[in-house]
Amino acid sequence: MRIAALVKRIFQQMLRDKRTLALLFVAPLIILTLMYFLFNGNTVDPKLAVVNVDYSLVNVLEEADINVKQYEKADKETIVKDELDGLLKMKNGKLELTLLNRDPTTSKALQMRVNQAVLHAQSKQMGQHAASVNLPQNSIDTKYVYGNSETEFFDVLSPVLVGFFVFFFVFLISGIGLLKERTTGTLERLMSTPIRRGEIVAAYLVGFGIFAVIQTVIVVLFSIHVLDVVMVGSVWNVILINLLLALVALSLGTLLSTFAASEFQMVQFIPVVVIPQIFFAGILPLDGMADWLQAVGKVMPIYYAAGALKGVMYQGLSLSEMSGNIFALVVFAIIFITLNIFALKKYRRL
Amino acid sequence: MSISIAIEQVSKRFGKKVVLHEIDLQIEEGRIYGFIGPSGAGKTTLVKMIVGMDMPDSGTIHVLNEKVPNLALLQEIGYMAQADALYAELTGKENLTFFASLYKLNKTEMKNQIAYAAELVNLTNELNKKVSAYSGGMKRRLSLAIALIQDPKILILDEPTVGIDPELRLSIWNELLRLKDEEGKTIIVTTHVMDEAEKCDFVAMVRDGVILTRGTPQELKTYYGADNLDKVFLQAGRSHS
Repeated sequence: MRIAALVKRIFQQMLRDKRTLALLFVAPLIILTLMYFLFNGNTVDPKLAVVNVDYSLVNVLEEADINVKQYEKADKETIVKDELDGLLKMKNGKLELTLLNRDPTTSKALQMRVNQAVLHAQSKQMGQHAASVNLPQNSIDTKYVYGNSETEFFDVLSPVLVGFFVFFFVFLISGIGLLKERTTGTLERLMSTPIRRGEIVAAYLVGFGIFAVIQTVIVVLFSIHVLDVVMVGSVWNVILINLLLALVALSLGTLLSTFAASEFQMVQFIPVVVIPQIFFAGILPLDGMADWLQAVGKVMPIYYAAGALKGVMYQGLSLSEMSGNIFALVVFAIIFITLNIFALKKYRRL
Repeated sequence: MSISIAIEQVSKRFGKKVVLHEIDLQIEEGRIYGFIGPSGAGKTTLVKMIVGMDMPDSGTIHVLNEKVPNLALLQEIGYMAQADALYAELTGKENLTFFASLYKLNKTEMKNQIAYAAELVNLTNELNKKVSAYSGGMKRRLSLAIALIQDPKILILDEPTVGIDPELRLSIWNELLRLKDEEGKTIIVTTHVMDEAEKCDFVAMVRDGVILTRGTPQELKTYYGADNLDKVFLQAGRSHS
């Protein structure tokens, strides 16, 4: 009854605050769309200068979508002057590759293609020399465990992003919501009524939780249907995981608002609490990190949520296969909710 | 007449600072009791303890024969803090309805109480406006109406007339007197305005966490041979230190 009254009030307040609603529901879609286009841009064919290179190799290079330009003579300055990405030279019977390396990613990709082309050309030559031996002439037939050759970085990234947005916006809005109650004195006034501390926490979880559900559904459906993100698992599992994450964000946001004296101080928690979680969300590979750093990642809620979301959306795993991650999220939520109830003791012991 | 609130040997310190020191006080039913003193004297801490929102380090407080803190007791206490504590995005009526629904009231009672409380503070015609559009005085009145919403036996008002114009202050005081006389409510008011203290049945002068002196305004004036409470306060302060 009291919980219902509080939930109703949270709804009235939220529905009148159109900007906050827009932040909650529209902002994630804009950022997701933006990132979709940023990561899925068409790559430009790299430009490579060749000097003194065998004709058959040039052919293979061109087949590999490299824009080859023949030069009589070229050096580092030619690369810079003609805006090339690299220079391949045959010198004393050896190939020498010079890369512009302004952008390491482009360089790596070019280097890889050149290496493959050289190998390919060599195997072709060997085939000619030893015609009796049946060497496989086809290029390597590549198979994928997850996704396919069309998989783009955004597909891997999007489960992490969906989880992150849910966490970030719910954290911010619920934290500031309770903070406003503290600074205006309404929380104190609430505590002078026969309401229980647990009822206040429950009402906050339900009130903001419903908005978190709506946000999650919008973000998930938008990613799948509009941005066409890979989604091999069940939508319901995705929503369930996000819901758990929202619960963690909600309880953490309201808990941290205890330690903030103003909205500005609440925003200061973003670089301290929210940003570090991105690093452990799976955008950067965790396996290569130092052991102690991996241990840090294990106390971050997003680490578990992103793992579970990636498992469901990209690898098509079932919930039971993700039970470890889900259990971790539940534990986080229970800890934060309990701490919230204790934090309210500051206002009233009962 | 029965005792509504009994405070026994209550002490409280925040860190090293002693906020209240061995306060003893009995408040009778159906009286207006004024806590008078400068800011930082410990008045707010004392009233918060009566509500149960702050705990004494030692000593006990009983309200209506129940030991504080007690959740059920909060049904009988209307508390108005120094801050207005209103939801600015909501209308006056929504604020009243929200707080009313936190108390045990049935639908008819709730409707009647909202109408009664709004009428009392003269806000009936402004109820459908958002609180963010209210003036300072209107907010204060709405805050008072919320303290009255569950028809409590005890009313605790922390600086109820700060920032209110003289005319409205007079009307609020007239209403407090009427609540006491006609409905037998026990009212505790903190203030640092001495002419408001004159309207109380009893006053307790608080400074540095101790009660300097107490009694009816008339008794105090006679005792200290002063013609107003300002002088009483100064005299009591001198004889204490």
